Amino acid sequence: MLIVSFLIFFALELLPGDLAHAVLGQMATDDTVAAMRKQLGLDVPAIIRYFYWLEGAVHGDFGTSLINKADVGHAIFGRLANSFFLAGFAAIIAIPLAVSLGVAAALFRDTLFDKAINVASLTAVSVPEFLLGYILVLLFAVWAHVFPPMADIKDHAEFGERLYRSFLPAMTLVLVVTPHMMRMTRAAIINLLASPYIEMARLKGTPPWRVIVWHALPNALAPIINVVTLNLAYLITGVVLVEVVFVYPGIGQLLVDSVSKRDFPIVQACCLIFAATFIVLNIAADVGSIMTNPRLRRPK
Amino acid sequence: MIQFISGQSFLDFIALICLTLGWYIQRGKKGGWAIAVLLAGATALIWVSAGKGGIDKLAIFIVLMSAVTLVCYALRWLLVRLVPLSLVPIFRSAPLTTMFGFLVIGACLLMIIFAPHIAPFSESEVVSTAYAPADATYWLGTDQLGRDMFSRIVFGGRHSILLSLTATVVAFFLGMFAGLFAAIRGGFVDQLFGRLADVFMSVPALILALLLLSILGTNLAVLVGVVAAIYVPRIFRLTRSVAAGVVVTDFVEASRVRGEGDWYLIRREILPNTAAPLIAEFGLEFCYVFLLIAGLSFLGLGIQPPMADWGSMVRENAVLISFGDITPLIPAMAIALLTVGVNFIVDWMLKLTAGLKDNS
Amino acid sequence: METGDKRLLEIRGLRIEAVAGDAVSEIVKGVDLNLNRGEVLGLIGESGAGKSTIGLAAMGFARAGTRISGGRIMFDGQDLRAATDAQLRALRGARIAYVAQSAAASFNPAHKIIDQHVEAPVLHGYQSRAAAQEDGIKLYAKLRLPEPDVIGFRYPHQLSGGQLQRAMTAMAMACRPDLIIFDEPTTALDVTTQVEVLSAIRDVVEQFRTAAIYITHDLAVVAQMADRIKVLLKGEEVEEAATEQMLAHPKESYTRKLWAVRSYERPEKSRVSDTSQPELSIRGLEAGYHHGPKVLHNVSFDLHRGMTVAVVGESGSGKSTTARVIMGLLPATSGEIRLRGEALPPSFRARSKDQLRRIQMIYQSADTALNPRMRVSEIIGRPAQFYANLKGAALRSRVEELLSLIELDPAKFYDRLPPELSGGQKQRIGIARALAADPDIVICDEVTSALDQIVAEGILRLLDRLQSEIGLTYMFVTHDLATVRAIADEVVVMQRGCVVDSGRKSEIFAPPHHPYTAQLLASEPKMDPHWLDAHKKIQGLSLERNEFS
Repeated sequence: MLIVSFLIFFALELLPGDLAHAVLGQMATDDTVAAMRKQLGLDVPAIIRYFYWLEGAVHGDFGTSLINKADVGHAIFGRLANSFFLAGFAAIIAIPLAVSLGVAAALFRDTLFDKAINVASLTAVSVPEFLLGYILVLLFAVWAHVFPPMADIKDHAEFGERLYRSFLPAMTLVLVVTPHMMRMTRAAIINLLASPYIEMARLKGTPPWRVIVWHALPNALAPIINVVTLNLAYLITGVVLVEVVFVYPGIGQLLVDSVSKRDFPIVQACCLIFAATFIVLNIAADVGSIMTNPRLRRPK
Repeated sequence: MIQFISGQSFLDFIALICLTLGWYIQRGKKGGWAIAVLLAGATALIWVSAGKGGIDKLAIFIVLMSAVTLVCYALRWLLVRLVPLSLVPIFRSAPLTTMFGFLVIGACLLMIIFAPHIAPFSESEVVSTAYAPADATYWLGTDQLGRDMFSRIVFGGRHSILLSLTATVVAFFLGMFAGLFAAIRGGFVDQLFGRLADVFMSVPALILALLLLSILGTNLAVLVGVVAAIYVPRIFRLTRSVAAGVVVTDFVEASRVRGEGDWYLIRREILPNTAAPLIAEFGLEFCYVFLLIAGLSFLGLGIQPPMADWGSMVRENAVLISFGDITPLIPAMAIALLTVGVNFIVDWMLKLTAGLKDNS
Repeated sequence: METGDKRLLEIRGLRIEAVAGDAVSEIVKGVDLNLNRGEVLGLIGESGAGKSTIGLAAMGFARAGTRISGGRIMFDGQDLRAATDAQLRALRGARIAYVAQSAAASFNPAHKIIDQHVEAPVLHGYQSRAAAQEDGIKLYAKLRLPEPDVIGFRYPHQLSGGQLQRAMTAMAMACRPDLIIFDEPTTALDVTTQVEVLSAIRDVVEQFRTAAIYITHDLAVVAQMADRIKVLLKGEEVEEAATEQMLAHPKESYTRKLWAVRSYERPEKSRVSDTSQPELSIRGLEAGYHHGPKVLHNVSFDLHRGMTVAVVGESGSGKSTTARVIMGLLPATSGEIRLRGEALPPSFRARSKDQLRRIQMIYQSADTALNPRMRVSEIIGRPAQFYANLKGAALRSRVEELLSLIELDPAKFYDRLPPELSGGQKQRIGIARALAADPDIVICDEVTSALDQIVAEGILRLLDRLQSEIGLTYMFVTHDLATVRAIADEVVVMQRGCVVDSGRKSEIFAPPHHPYTAQLLASEPKMDPHWLDAHKKIQGLSLERNEFS
């Protein structure tokens, strides 16, 4: 994690040309450049600046935005909450849907149901998020007038209002993430069902429902948890694109805007947050697999 | 033309449905009933929310799907007759989706190679007013600056695809050799490369791309470099794990203890046994790269105007969506089509090699 | 034969097909089978004979990819092929039970052993959970599992292979079935563990008067366990008779070939002279994996020119590790290896090409020992090319010469790929690959353990012949005493990383024995049907002691 923050910071430091030059643009003369550097604190060596930044980061203080001179932390916080809301909304729907579809597809392997699901999920996996987003907008906002095309959430919007307005972006995310999860779940369950102990259970005369619930499911938890947490991490990428499509006031949109405006402190902070979430989810995946594997919980 | 179809849409619609379902149910497949119920439900829903216009669009959609299915059947029939004898059983049992993939890839190849001959105009030539509707000269209308949409799509496809291909090839080369090397050497080299890859993979692709591009600017060479760099760790990971499985076999050990050098091991022992999953992975990574570049262009950070590119075309014309015009979606659908096609083919290849593994 | 009773199991004209996509092939071609209550039938045959498939069919079960395509299966008067799924489920576990080959894979790793044990009786309504649990503990005690009160409450990964196998037998007995099908239950176990499990199974089967079908490829084992033996070959019956009669007077030539396998024995060779320098001499070898505990302790022995030294031991004895240390794959932490007096560096990377050439290894599993994408000509030709710089026509003729040496027709096998070949053929190619380097010493690491017995005997004879013709020195690593008896001149016995006994074959096999050697010899099943009973009487309570080792 430390390495990642290091990387992010130094990536920005590797800027060809000078930060001050970039900011000043046309107005750069030697004097102004020197003055700018002083103001931005660039005259202090890079390493020291890195530590100042880290220290600030831990305290929630990410420095000031280059563009509007407002406190970066403050700008991010509200949007972060919005993004988490959106991601959470999508996840709550997507996870049960994907897992049950995956299990069903594995059980009814090679039937028409399974084949149809496979084709559908393969298609959904290949379709870019923004296309999905726009199609949904087209279908539900323009043609059917059911939902608003742009998610315009005020800070103090009511919960129900929030749900309504973020329904389309959340649906898009669901459609983005579900096929991945479903395919991986299906593969994991099929793999599981081929195990010798499942055959043994059948040979003991165990009814099919019990084979699945008592024998298969406890062993399926580990791979499913793995799949789910990995895909939640993938959700993060989707959030950025979806927020842009629906003009949803979240951290993804902020990141994209700051990148085009070259507002580095914000970019740094956003990337850090994304990376941190990703890493936390990965660690959760590892921990989850360990906890559900009796072999690892109770060593010989 | 669209008017013509919708005038009779209702009849077409019903006839087609009854035919297909009857065929399915008659073959005893329970799925036929499921599809019938699903379609009925969807039709009802659309009728309720969007009226006759919606039904028309649904009918067009279904007609289109059926036409494509028929073409796929035809293509499979054709391929089975053209392919050398040893490959016939493989093609005969290939699912229709694979044929669809071949169709798409074939069309894209044609488009790339013959771009200047197919497109009536150049990509940056302003030929008419902005947002002109589709007609005989401008098959898909014009974009927000008055350039011909169709030509832009053709050229845009060429740029997007070639760029993605280059990035994928570069990433693949670097990642593959790093992976093979790490698998053979093991120990410190393996750990080092592994940690590096982990660090790079700890940031989601899009984010990392945004970060790097914001620093390094967006000219083409940089774009290819950045995208390639992002995918190198993934390819490294995969190659390494596949190669590691081969490296621990007895026959590799036998060669090693004979005194063979690394290069021989890679060339004669490991690569031939890892080729299949690697090729499939190439296809998959191409899709990811392609989607990433499209996504980046959509966000304004990929291929810059006036060069045509499918992703940025979506963004430029996005306004039209609010008016119910699907023009901006056409480049997006093109992106989806190509990705879907490649995915179908990769899926088929994976199924083939999995089968081979069981039989060897 | 009790003619008054209805037969328990009656199978007529059983046909089973394997279906892979469009391809259909028959794997069982019209087999008849009769079983009375309380009888034990041994099904014996090599791999591919269809024994497991028939065993499963006796329960009305066909594995994925197979289907029962013809014949009649009557269990206690009930037609299993016509039965519904529910009826079959009622039978399975309750009246017909199955004991699989790999206990470790057949227990659900997520649940305790006892929970899986009580599942069958509770589901079929035979007992309450508490009663079933009590009964389970009693069965564990009968099967002589350690700590029977507690062992059921552990998870499968906490038990050893032999213990799991017995727990699975207990699970099969839980509903006191009329018929148990034992599918190669002891194949994966060590010889000393095998004896425990075999006698435990024999006891409970006798006690509860259960009928059993005992499937195995090991003749000596089937001689112990079965009342009658049926020999199968490629899905068809070869012969069936009562055990004693079958052993003494086999009728068919295939049966006689099977029986003869165990009696192949090459006379012992003695050294050229006791004072000549050994080809390979290892002294005080110690080795361990990755800073872990040592696996070899002070291993020393010699290989003399033209002799075969068999290194024998059970799993974990360090015999394969010794081979790897000699090859240089696992560098020794101390001790020395001398090749004709010349000291060898511990790691193969430090050895010269010539040093590497002179010691070659043949692997156990030919499937993983040959590159599946490399043609036979290259597999065999590469060492010749690498060491002797042979090229072109010279290389080709050398490859053909080697193919003839291993008794394979050069014209037919030159361009083949390993997946197209049988296990025995692949193993021969492995031998040719080793010979292509023109070595002095060949290490054979369990080269016959994965092969069917008749094929294995062919390989042993080939190795023998090659030794006489070319004058090779063999180090033969094996766990099977019959193999040792067949081809060794000298024997080294290993246990837990130490050499416990060594000497000439005749010395080792004759009493007085080192205690471990004695145990190994005693645990080896003989073709005598009464051996197991005699073994039990002799070993008596010492059996329980061995379970903890």
